[in-house]
Amino acid sequence: MSNETHNTAHGHEAHNDHNDDHHHEEHHQHFFNKYVFSMDHKIISRQFLITGMFWAIAGGLMSVFFRLQLGFPEESFQVLSAFLGDWAKGGKMDPEMYYGLVTIHGTVLVFFVLTAGLSGTFSNFLIPLQIGARDMASPFLNMLSYWFFFAAGVVMFASLFVHTGPASGGWTTYPPLSAMKEASMGSGIGMDLWLISMTLFIISSLLGGLNYIVTILNMRTKGMSMKRLPLTIWAFLFTAVLGVLSFPVLLSAAVLLIFDRHGGTSFYLSEIFIGGQAMPNVGGSAILYQHLFWFLGHPEVYIIMLPAMGMASEILATNARKPIFGYFAMVISILGITVLAFLVWAHHMFVTGMSPFLGGVFVLLTLLIAIPSAVKVFNWIVTIWKGNIRFTNGMLFALGFVSLFISGGLTGIFLGNSALDIHLHDTYFVVAHFHIVMGISAFFGMFAGVYHWFPKMYGRFMNKTLGYIHFFITFIGAYVIFWPMHYEGVAGMPRRYYDFSSWQSFSQFGDLNKMISIAAIVVFFAQLLFVFNYFVSIWRGKKVTGEKPNPWDSTTLEWTTAADPGHGNWQGPIPEVHRWAYDFRENEVDGTDFIMQDVPLREGEEEH
Amino acid sequence: MSTAAVANKRNKWMGGESPFDISYGKMMMWFFLMSDAFTFGAFLISYGTIRFSSPLWPDPNAVFRAFPGGFENAPLMFVSLMTFILILSSVTMVLAVHAGHCRDKKGVVKWMIWTILGGIAFLSCQAWEWIHLNHEGGWWGSFRDGADMSHLANFFAATVSPQDLATYGADAAHKFFNFFFTITGFHGFHVFSGVVFNIMILVFTMNGVFEKKGHYEWVEKCGLYWHFVDLVWVFVFTCFYLL
Repeated sequence: MSNETHNTAHGHEAHNDHNDDHHHEEHHQHFFNKYVFSMDHKIISRQFLITGMFWAIAGGLMSVFFRLQLGFPEESFQVLSAFLGDWAKGGKMDPEMYYGLVTIHGTVLVFFVLTAGLSGTFSNFLIPLQIGARDMASPFLNMLSYWFFFAAGVVMFASLFVHTGPASGGWTTYPPLSAMKEASMGSGIGMDLWLISMTLFIISSLLGGLNYIVTILNMRTKGMSMKRLPLTIWAFLFTAVLGVLSFPVLLSAAVLLIFDRHGGTSFYLSEIFIGGQAMPNVGGSAILYQHLFWFLGHPEVYIIMLPAMGMASEILATNARKPIFGYFAMVISILGITVLAFLVWAHHMFVTGMSPFLGGVFVLLTLLIAIPSAVKVFNWIVTIWKGNIRFTNGMLFALGFVSLFISGGLTGIFLGNSALDIHLHDTYFVVAHFHIVMGISAFFGMFAGVYHWFPKMYGRFMNKTLGYIHFFITFIGAYVIFWPMHYEGVAGMPRRYYDFSSWQSFSQFGDLNKMISIAAIVVFFAQLLFVFNYFVSIWRGKKVTGEKPNPWDSTTLEWTTAADPGHGNWQGPIPEVHRWAYDFRENEVDGTDFIMQDVPLREGEEEH
Repeated sequence: MSTAAVANKRNKWMGGESPFDISYGKMMMWFFLMSDAFTFGAFLISYGTIRFSSPLWPDPNAVFRAFPGGFENAPLMFVSLMTFILILSSVTMVLAVHAGHCRDKKGVVKWMIWTILGGIAFLSCQAWEWIHLNHEGGWWGSFRDGADMSHLANFFAATVSPQDLATYGADAAHKFFNFFFTITGFHGFHVFSGVVFNIMILVFTMNGVFEKKGHYEWVEKCGLYWHFVDLVWVFVFTCFYLL
């Protein structure tokens, strides 16, 4: 498109280029239009982030509640009855509610926080700013994407308050538990609301993803060739591709499940007895649902990981004052992960009774993913090797991300073996693995991004000391919580159980479970410190200085504009790009150690 | 001549322009269609999984043998007509898009009307077929225990033994109709939304919206969607009626 044609003084002039959708905006910037139904990608990204924070606190609080149950099965807690009411009479959590909390904890953390909250926030914020565009290709659809997400959240939140409780069959909602209303309390209206919420979420994700892909391909500023893109943008591009191609399959799975629930069909159901009563459904296959679900479910893991990887690459290079090592290898790795992500889903199903030969194929494909992942880890480590490291808050979290990604990734190689999986599946080993590798480590990528780009979002810094405290408690806490779970899992302790104290073989872990629970509570409160820091810093944080503040001495385009450039991103013309995104080297012009992307090549200088 | 060659060689990926020379809207439509193809793909693969694990399956020549007007022995005639109508409406859509390229407002109006009529005709045919099958007992969740089985034998080839029919017939019909109504219903919903979009385009065209804009790209975007829905029908048709 023709970005260069409107190098006009005001941002809103630029909108004429992506025609039709939105040139009526900006002329009347009331509070409502500016902050609520905004079409500015920067505002929408903050909406995603703050909504994501709400869900992170809600989901985190749920985990505190069920950790209280797991750590202290004999005791009762007033706080439980205060929050859960009749679901925790006398401070003792009802088993039905325990399953409900586990289910909703998983659902909201995976979808609302680490998908919408992570790629919704940063794809929105960074894509136009880093590629040099005035906004997304379609700001209107972008706005809709947020509001569908919001609606999904409202429905999910409402499901917590229905009298039979929220969906409680696990975040994977396998049938028949999720398909038969009679199967459990949470399989009633709670499950219906879960399905409605997810359908809204799929629409939101589709609208967002289409926008991200098209914006990156079509709207790059002059000179911003694909090989000059920061790795963040490459990561967001493939994240969006993953979402656009995998979420529709979940939609199919959900539609068939809705008919099984309400249409009397038997897509997933066969030969089921409830309370001694034979159900009339025949001929379906529960495994079919698992295939459909994991065709989304596995790419979803990389939808969560890739943005964190992209941001960590950017932050590590900037704060090590070195070019990213192996830029091209990084891009190929992201591509490789994207392709392989679609070919490994059945490793979640090794013990479902599928053919062992098929399992063998999936073992091979699963282990192949270790290669691009290891390439990335190697490149991150070499990037900081002998670097001139600046330990900013963002940098610490990026380093923590790499550490956690390695620790969690290695256990994935265990679980990817179908033979070992017979023993390890559905144990705390799995819980430890995925929480470290895609839960905590993606959170670290997200924190790194928030600390790093906060000055760009609000023109102020977050408090550094609080940031350090937040980092160390979270980093140490994460290992204290999840490391011991590996031992429990190897000993065979199954996940999703309500109370282990009555099992001879697992009662030995009573003290360990207590310690994990205490650590989880401490880490949860440390996150409130972050939330406090975030909101106070919006108004009270130290201001960034300069006309075009660049507090971290970065090279990318988002730092070539004013702190608050308004809708349109650059007051004047959009900068032209002349070099790649990682030109960290001696700048002979001003003596610094970096050259920004919009600086033309000097005479005789060769491009990287 | 030589300058033209140089211009052609210029790298379109250097930024500042669309690398594929298309607008963001059209590209978005392409990616949306890819996404939608995965939804339909998942449906059809699920259908295949269940079908090929079943010992018996209804015979399309037996299920779809009726034609409006009381004809009871015209296998696949009606669905051929439906398919023909839908494909014809794709042809009229092509003509509408072409008229849009020529900025021929009258042509766009004319061919959009024909396309919309084709879409409505297809949906009407589908409605007739659904009602007809429903009269024979087919629906979501039909042919379970305790259901009316009087029409069951109508759905199977004459060569199926009465014993097989008694053992597997109801299950097979149950599964067949579950998938049939879900997938053709989902496709019909797409056709319906397509008709709605087409009507919107028609109204915009008649009000001169595109004339004012200077291009008829919206017609083209809807055209992409319409052709895609046709293409999906070819697969649905193959899976349910031919195989």
